[in-house]
Amino acid sequence: MYRYNEFDRRHVHARAAQFRDQLQRHLAGELSEDDFRPLRLQNGWYVQRHAPMLRVAVPYGELSSVQLRQLAGIAREFDHQDAGLATERGGFGHFSTRQNLQFNWIPLTRAADVMDLLAEVDMHGIQTSGNCIRNITSDALAGIAPDERVDPRPYCELLRQWSTLHPEFAFLPRKFKIAVSGALEDRAATAWHDIGLTLQRNAADEVGFAVAVGGGMGRTPVIAMPVHPFVPWRQILVYIEAIVRVYNLHGRRDNVYKSRIKILVKAEGQRFVDAVNAEFAALLADPGTVLVPEAELERLRQAFTPAPPPAALATTPATEPLPAYARWVQRNVHAHRVPGYRAVSLSLKRAGQPPGDVTADQMEGAAALAERYSRGELRVTHEQNLLLPWVLETELRALWLSAREAGFATPNVGLLTDMIACPGGDLCALANARSIPIAAAITERFADLDELHDIGDIQLHISGCINSCGHHHSGHIGVLGVDKDGSEWYQVTVAGADGSTRGGAAVPGRVIGPAFAAEEVPDVVEALVGAYLRDRQPGERFIQTARRVGVPPFRHAADAVRRSTALAA
Amino acid sequence: MDLIEPGTALPAGTLALDNSADVVALAADLRRHAAVALHFPKWTDGRAYSQAVLLRGRLRYPGTVVATGEVLADMLPLLRRCGFDAVQLRADQNPQTALRTLGLAPSPYQGDVTGQRPPHAHARP
Repeated sequence: MYRYNEFDRRHVHARAAQFRDQLQRHLAGELSEDDFRPLRLQNGWYVQRHAPMLRVAVPYGELSSVQLRQLAGIAREFDHQDAGLATERGGFGHFSTRQNLQFNWIPLTRAADVMDLLAEVDMHGIQTSGNCIRNITSDALAGIAPDERVDPRPYCELLRQWSTLHPEFAFLPRKFKIAVSGALEDRAATAWHDIGLTLQRNAADEVGFAVAVGGGMGRTPVIAMPVHPFVPWRQILVYIEAIVRVYNLHGRRDNVYKSRIKILVKAEGQRFVDAVNAEFAALLADPGTVLVPEAELERLRQAFTPAPPPAALATTPATEPLPAYARWVQRNVHAHRVPGYRAVSLSLKRAGQPPGDVTADQMEGAAALAERYSRGELRVTHEQNLLLPWVLETELRALWLSAREAGFATPNVGLLTDMIACPGGDLCALANARSIPIAAAITERFADLDELHDIGDIQLHISGCINSCGHHHSGHIGVLGVDKDGSEWYQVTVAGADGSTRGGAAVPGRVIGPAFAAEEVPDVVEALVGAYLRDRQPGERFIQTARRVGVPPFRHAADAVRRSTALAA
Repeated sequence: MDLIEPGTALPAGTLALDNSADVVALAADLRRHAAVALHFPKWTDGRAYSQAVLLRGRLRYPGTVVATGEVLADMLPLLRRCGFDAVQLRADQNPQTALRTLGLAPSPYQGDVTGQRPPHAHARP
């Protein structure tokens, strides 16, 4: 992973001190809530249902065991309530789809102390919220995937540094998210981002980026429009500067629902592209524009922990592997570019805990596994799991035993219960409905591993409101919490896709009918799965069947299990 | 960074621009003015930052660039790096606090129109 130098370290400590000064002025009454809000947001501090929420940046998902232990300490010492229900006592973190970690129970008065503790381990909350360029996300298998064209991490770090406290782009019309992929399979949902970057090699073997702009979820789901097939990597910061400047000057600011860049791109179409290209040309023609030197990229490459040399391959075991182990290997162990190594998912989808949640003890457990089996490194995945990137093939079995003991070995990666879900109405002030009980009910319903494995690859995504933090639009099955007359309802979609090759091109799911009551949702999911099992052709995944047969069979199956909403219809 | 007393007139000859003005198209007009005032109708409306960068970077505008409107103390580090050299703070803002915020901003990662070079142009430890 990227190793901070002294400059990086001074930067996060100075930022923590700057935030402490702002917080003190706020607590002393010198900085009003209205004036403080954008400042705290740009340091990751929201005010949520129960307490402030802190979102800690995990740049492109890379995390060290030392950092995870520090996060565990913060969860234990600061994310804590003495009163309330058991579920309201805090002491845990939540990994988000954008590879970040959220705390829900830290009092604002202790916020500056937490930022200092984060800075101690090269972490921060810079630009994890607010109308600015957010944390850069990438492929959880970056640098280790066998299907990778180019390791995206040095380029992600280049983008991280460029976008961090960029003075011109701190107050954009709305938030701005950039994702980078360097592999054949898009595991970063690039088409759903404000800017989606895909590393390419041209015929001369030079590295550049295919650029798409204007993807996003929310009220108006839009797939990003390709705007450039190949921007040479040395020019990529200039090209992004041109895009963001055009957006900053021309994006709408009169309506929060129309202020993302996707709306500008849709409204202006080719005129938007022309404006970006004109700005790009003007910047390139300016002798004051500095392109990134080759030496700088090399410096960043060198700042990453070097990959280990190939290791011994595991020998075929003399005895047949246990079925439970074989199943775990099949679902949670991934191919690796370095011979003798594998990447291993630690599933954060298990009965009794919301998707993506980890307690302080579990963070320490995962850190210990990383130290013992993965050179002290972890990744946070877009699907809200952890991943160990450097596991020796010969140690897989030992890791399985340890991970099972620590509760990280549910063999469900990529299966129905490996669902994405936002924190929802239990914790989030924006939510219309709760996500966690829905996720829990579905997890309980699909507890049978044989059944799960028979259903096969499927993405279930649950959002508690139209802000779409649970990415319901891109779910093969999407569940969206909506509010009608003050009660919770759930709209269900099928055949959405995040744009990974396995799921086909990125596309928003289609609504299968009027919203369902909360208690109907597990039945609906079961009915949708039933329709798939009935209609699938040999070898077909859920998403493929859904695309082939369309919405009607799913609608009929779901309508057949309506109870309370059948009366209303 | 010069502070202009709230409520007082801007220096004579200052061209005041709305934050939707296309500063590049106004290049010829701008050269006849010793100062340009760029406006923040709300402090979270960041268009004037880009206008200032275009003035300084694209047009090499040599005069004074003033931030007016809802200008808050904590904006000063950003304003300075985008090429503003004077501000008229919102009336309730403390000028001492505003100047102090300049010393609290972390060293930047990016180059900017004030001549700050990106760190990759320096030898860094």
